[in-house]
Amino acid sequence: MASLNRKSIIMDAAGIERALARIAREIARNGPGDGELAIVGIRTRGIPLGERLARQIEEIREECPPFGYLDITLYRDDLQSIGYHPVVGATRLPFDINGTHVVLVDDVLYTGRTVRAALSVLVDYGRPRTIQLAVLVDRGHRELPIRADYVGSEVPTSRGEAIQVNLDETDGEEAVYLCEIPGEEGTTQ
Amino acid sequence: MKLNDAPGLDRKDLLGLEELSEREIRLILDTAREFREVLDRPIKTVPAMRGFTIANLFYESSTRTRMSFELAQKRLTADSIGLAVTASSVKKGESLRDTARNIEAMRVDMIVMRHSQSGAPHRLAAQIDAHVVNAGDGCHEHPTQGLLDLYTLLENLGDLRGKRIVIIGDIAHSRVARSNIHGLRRMGAQVGVCGPPTLIPVGIEDLGVTVYPTIEEALAEADAINVLRIQLERIGVPLFPSTREYARLFGVTPARLEVAKREVLVLHPGPINRNVELDSRVADAPGAVILSQVTNGVAIRMAVTYLLAQKTMKAAHALA
Repeated sequence: MASLNRKSIIMDAAGIERALARIAREIARNGPGDGELAIVGIRTRGIPLGERLARQIEEIREECPPFGYLDITLYRDDLQSIGYHPVVGATRLPFDINGTHVVLVDDVLYTGRTVRAALSVLVDYGRPRTIQLAVLVDRGHRELPIRADYVGSEVPTSRGEAIQVNLDETDGEEAVYLCEIPGEEGTTQ
Repeated sequence: MKLNDAPGLDRKDLLGLEELSEREIRLILDTAREFREVLDRPIKTVPAMRGFTIANLFYESSTRTRMSFELAQKRLTADSIGLAVTASSVKKGESLRDTARNIEAMRVDMIVMRHSQSGAPHRLAAQIDAHVVNAGDGCHEHPTQGLLDLYTLLENLGDLRGKRIVIIGDIAHSRVARSNIHGLRRMGAQVGVCGPPTLIPVGIEDLGVTVYPTIEEALAEADAINVLRIQLERIGVPLFPSTREYARLFGVTPARLEVAKREVLVLHPGPINRNVELDSRVADAPGAVILSQVTNGVAIRMAVTYLLAQKTMKAAHALA
């Protein structure tokens, strides 16, 4: 990845915590009530975010929703044009997703193509009753008819910018940055 | 994305395990673990290789390996065609090179080949741009079998460093043995071989292999044994007298396993000659992982196909 020039900080540790707490409350209180709720993180940073959400929902509901995660490498729609994904990540959905209310979790919602691929992975495992989407940051520029049900922060960006989400579990710090991609058109992160 | 900068399998062909580094072997095994999980899903197919075309060219009979490759290709959503060589123009005298170039002219991206001549896939690979996967060449190598054996061993033993794996049977004519020896050595295992002296190649110690004179000595030290099929077509040649004689001296029986470690693993590449090289009671006992080898084989072939194709995709990316 080309080095990114950080322009500003969008969320600090407290901001991330507040955003997740609010999303957890919304899912726990207003989210799907009947039937089982399940949290599914999208690799890489959707995994720690999803785990945190599951824990916070447990505190509110006194019941921990089943948690799983998925990798979209084999389901990308840009394999021919972008190609080269030698590392296939793990997908672990250790519960029956049939009939459950799944909340997909990712760090940044951008073109919507990652979520499209994640939906394809999920339906290969079964038929959830509903699928919702929770993201920490929605940066706009959708290329597909996809929207998030729970959003930590909406951040207007240009395509020449990137959102960098750093989490303790994956990066050793808690912060969300708005960055500029030097001499490149926009990509996710 | 950072993941995509990771080094892949930077080669066009998979011809043998001799030329693979430990990093490359581990990459294939790690990738296979994720594909192994795909095989347990309700829908056992992933759309990773749409539009990629593979021809399976089997110049020698095969059921398990050929089915395994075809299944792996279908699980990846690649298009695959099989060429029944007996019914093709090979019978009319077409050379291997011409057959391959014609197949390539039909825009096939990968050729999986089994051939009775050692080195045939190497010649093919040098002549065409398509990827070539060796599905067994003569007495030389059978790399995907070697990899699935490594995968099955790692799955059960955790780590192969310092573990003793003994290959029993006709070592001299076995491409499975050769691929196993190279792969196991690379992964840090201690490798032993055992079989009739006429079927142990001279100088095999140079590969870092211990030769056990009797099966009892071999079984006493082994963490796992890989029992090779006695190739019945070689009987009558003065190499060994009869299947009964072979079973008496080298057959793996419950009585012989008394001296072995209790948890010794039993592998066999199939097809088994029951009660010749492997007693039925051993083949069907819990320590035998012969059927998991078969399942793992599909995952290994998916991983090899996927990883080799990445090079084509990387090149396409560079052009774009």
